[in-house]
Amino acid sequence: MSQSRSTQSSNRRVWLRALLYAVLLVFVVYYLLPLYVMLVNSFKPLDEIRGGNMLALPDLWTLEPWKAAWSSAQIGVQPTGLKPYFFNSIMMVVPAVALSTLLGAVNGYVLTKWQFPGHGLIFAMILLACFIPFQIVLIPMARVLGILGLAGSTPGLVLVHLVYGLGFTTLFFRNYYAAFPTELVRAAQMDGANFFQVFWRILLPSSGPIIVVTVIWQFTNIWNDFLFGASFADFDSIPMTVALNNLVNSSTGVKEYNVHFAGAILAALPTLVVYVVSGRYFVRGLMAGAVKG
Amino acid sequence: MKSQLQAWLPRIVLAPSFLLILLFVYGFIAYTGYLSLSDSRMLPSYGWVGFANYDRLFGLRHWKTALNNLWIFGLLYIGICTALGLFLAILLDQKIRGEGFIRPIYLYPMALSFIVTGTAWKWFLDPGIGLESIMHNWGWSSFDFDWIKNRNYAIYTVVIAAVWQSSGFVMAMFLAGLRGVDSEIIKAAQIDGAQSWRIYWRVIIPMMRPVFLSSFVVLAHLAIKAYDLVIALTGGGPGRATELPSTFMYSYTFTRNQMGVGASAAIIMLIMIFSIIVPYIYSELRSEKRS
Repeated sequence: MSQSRSTQSSNRRVWLRALLYAVLLVFVVYYLLPLYVMLVNSFKPLDEIRGGNMLALPDLWTLEPWKAAWSSAQIGVQPTGLKPYFFNSIMMVVPAVALSTLLGAVNGYVLTKWQFPGHGLIFAMILLACFIPFQIVLIPMARVLGILGLAGSTPGLVLVHLVYGLGFTTLFFRNYYAAFPTELVRAAQMDGANFFQVFWRILLPSSGPIIVVTVIWQFTNIWNDFLFGASFADFDSIPMTVALNNLVNSSTGVKEYNVHFAGAILAALPTLVVYVVSGRYFVRGLMAGAVKG
Repeated sequence: MKSQLQAWLPRIVLAPSFLLILLFVYGFIAYTGYLSLSDSRMLPSYGWVGFANYDRLFGLRHWKTALNNLWIFGLLYIGICTALGLFLAILLDQKIRGEGFIRPIYLYPMALSFIVTGTAWKWFLDPGIGLESIMHNWGWSSFDFDWIKNRNYAIYTVVIAAVWQSSGFVMAMFLAGLRGVDSEIIKAAQIDGAQSWRIYWRVIIPMMRPVFLSSFVVLAHLAIKAYDLVIALTGGGPGRATELPSTFMYSYTFTRNQMGVGASAAIIMLIMIFSIIVPYIYSELRSEKRS
């Protein structure tokens, strides 16, 4: 009697486990579906998409959409493909990430190890800057970039991303350094190390993880930005996201879905690669950005 | 002299960042605030008009649509992301084999640009080549799904794409929260003979309060800021059916030459976000000070 009851309950458990895995698998499919659709259709000739099934594998595999998206598709008025914009994005992302990370590190250092009256208020103001809707700065920013002679240029975009990334980079380093033992800093000071030596010799060597988190966070955000790119860039500085949107939403000519998909993957590739290579740090950045203070 | 410099050095080092933020964030907010009270049209202009722009703004049907859409989008986006994120986190917390494989798949959309997400969903939901045509292909010829082309339903397609992008992130937050729950508490409840779903409902989920709060704050501010996704997915259309305050601000300021009205829309967006964020940051910083 009791035996049959226990087999019954273990049977139930097996079924529940199976159901659990089935549900999880359904969601795996759900999250992968758009990526699958983009990938599969980027290798199809156009008429296969129009006449066929978007979920089917290509009958005829072709690399043409990829070549077109990269180097010959019509974007705006020029048939340049996404290539020049890809490099625009690189030229914008690298200095913006480097500068904002560096400044964030120093800010975090000062706000935790060299506190002065009012440091709390200053941190709160910097923190609040993370959350403003960027619509609020578009009009004055356009003017200031004009005054500085940076309108429509990559250095202009670097400045914009530097400024609006400072909040997050400062937050990351500040929280990380807050947990760093202050006794070590004091001890080094006793030994005669000055402000920069303490930072350089004591804090920086153990900052590896937070630097990775910050760089990934900044890279992802700046690469994926659209609003600033759309507002402040000219041909020489238009970033990848804006170019992709121009490609997909241009009203002239046939809609080349396969080229759009290939272009979308090209635009997603750098951040996806970063995610695959260092997903753990990516998640940590997301968490740090979510759980404030 | 030298020690004087040393004493001031921290402040000097912090100063450039602080000045940048003071000018580019708070100064710009003040400037936009002033423009919202001015007669600016195509270019900034400084003639004072009081609250006339706000009067006009709230009289515009276009703006009412945008606010209404923000409500629909925001509530569904936050609600579904939270429910789905919690649900998936609980499932993943059952000692799943292959968790290390599944979790990154749930989370990767967060690494994508909204423009990429928008492009993928735009064509997948397109009745001509996407889901509807797939179903017809498979022989379900009465299947009908043209929401993205339908004024009444297009805003829900924005929800679909946005949930796809962010729900994995909410899952990760809840999972981290669940992993932090003291296993003794669960054991004690089990010894009392409580069923596991009851333990979740009565004990564990109430303990997730801080996660609910921070995911709400993150999602709400993402919802109010949402711009790229709408541009890539629907372009604010069909007609103006998926216009949000963010797209409204942009088009009034830069294409319709009504900068005063656009600036007042931006101020309203700021007020919405700050009314959620400021109390949150205030309480976080205070509790940090206490501990």
